[in-house]
Amino acid sequence: MSLPSPWRADFPAFAAFARDGQTYLDSAATAQKPQAMLDALLGYYAGGAANVHRAQHAPGERATRAFEDARAKVAAWLNAESASQIVFTGGATESLNLLAYGLEHLFVEGDEIVVSALEHHANLLPWQQLAQRRGLVLQVLPLDAAGDIDLEQAGRLIGPRTRLLAVSQLSNVFGRWQPLETLLALACARGVLTVVDGAQGAVHGRHDLQALDCDFYVFSAHKLYGPDGLGVLYGRPQALERLRHWQFGGEMVQQADYLEARFRPAPLGFEAGTPAIGAAIAFGATLDYLQSLDGAAVAAHEAALHARLLAGLRTVDGLHLLAEPHTALASFVIEGVHNADLSHLLAEQGIAVRAGQHCAMPLLRRLGLPGALRVSLGLYSDGDDLERLFAALRHALELLR
Amino acid sequence: MNLPATAREALEAFAQCPGWEQRARLLLQWGERLQPLTEQERCPANLVQGCESQVWLLGEQRDGHWHFRAGSDARLLRGLLAVLLARVDGLSATEVQAVDLADWFARLGLSRQLSPSRSNGLNAVLQRMRELAAPG
Repeated sequence: MSLPSPWRADFPAFAAFARDGQTYLDSAATAQKPQAMLDALLGYYAGGAANVHRAQHAPGERATRAFEDARAKVAAWLNAESASQIVFTGGATESLNLLAYGLEHLFVEGDEIVVSALEHHANLLPWQQLAQRRGLVLQVLPLDAAGDIDLEQAGRLIGPRTRLLAVSQLSNVFGRWQPLETLLALACARGVLTVVDGAQGAVHGRHDLQALDCDFYVFSAHKLYGPDGLGVLYGRPQALERLRHWQFGGEMVQQADYLEARFRPAPLGFEAGTPAIGAAIAFGATLDYLQSLDGAAVAAHEAALHARLLAGLRTVDGLHLLAEPHTALASFVIEGVHNADLSHLLAEQGIAVRAGQHCAMPLLRRLGLPGALRVSLGLYSDGDDLERLFAALRHALELLR
Repeated sequence: MNLPATAREALEAFAQCPGWEQRARLLLQWGERLQPLTEQERCPANLVQGCESQVWLLGEQRDGHWHFRAGSDARLLRGLLAVLLARVDGLSATEVQAVDLADWFARLGLSRQLSPSRSNGLNAVLQRMRELAAPG
């Protein structure tokens, strides 16, 4: 056994994968779940479901307390000042759509929104569509040779008409941490609203959002070993105050009459209808579990595994990494081999990796690639996963060459 | 069911495949049998929407029978296209509408290649064939 993960046994999916002969290397798409989360999910439903923030009865009170506890756990995980800065959404994608609609009223024709060339669709399309609705200019920050947002160009493009900057913390294609500190400082100096897409970044390392100094931060629970259908929107209090309500219904309403209504402030004002109660409670359990681990040991394991991944890939003839990844994943193409052929043969051998465009079509088009393969790791991945990947890659290439 | 000769050949070949490796080799061989498309034929108008990889499809009717040609950048997908073409070659418009893709790929032991995820778009190819062969 090489580079074993001390936490693998906490994730029951791996016993199932072993039985099915599957090697899971697609954690950047969605992560497996710890037993602690599954127990919490089942525990909530089996112990008696009830709706939140509505009823006086005991089950309702218990559910509300657990739901709000989960909000507090998310706040603590991100080092937010208060739980009221955490809005639960359906996912990072919904968080970003909420922002694009909720901030729309702040823009006038000719204003500019700045994104980067490496955004995945969730942090591009809501802004692109907002720009179309409002007659705004969407500026796309170019990348440097390493695959990072070009800071010199950013200094030029973030200008007097820029109202909002939306960028990824960690690229889902390149696996590189983006130079957020400088970008956010640039934006801050010019009074620009800042949105950080933490879909990948939130999974690899703890981030102190007070220190990060952005107006909004979004991520999905399902990538951080939590349930799907749940996302987080963190906002600075003064930033949250600028949001207009965007979805209307129960829970978010303060007072309603037939012809008019008043709505709650964040967070409840942005959680129309029944929220994902079970998912939020289960995510709280995920965070408790992650909190119980030795963070330094997790980081060291992921780093060792990532180094092994890169070393193994470098021995493959004609393989080109799209960039030099810092962490968690590697995207590559192999000369003379179509990524679809490779992914087909890897899938036949039970290797689960991502192939295609990784929800970032414009970026791959810019690189002149029809698609790439992406291998991504979680804290439960181990050296044997990688050995099976390397063997399957060699086998596939023998067939194709 | 009255299968075209090439389809019967495909059935015989694929039915005897003991494992994924032989199946892959066979798909690669069948992919080589596709009549190559010209540069002009590989044009946006002939691209099938809904495929992760590029697939071009052309169809023409001769004496009431439909004949299709297809191409792709991806070699295994070319093989899958070849066994699909084998099944539909020479059918009438009505027969094209009635082709059961899932059944055909199941008989070949290739069911996994028809996953509902958008990965290879064979369903989109058949859909496009039906549009081409549709009356009007």
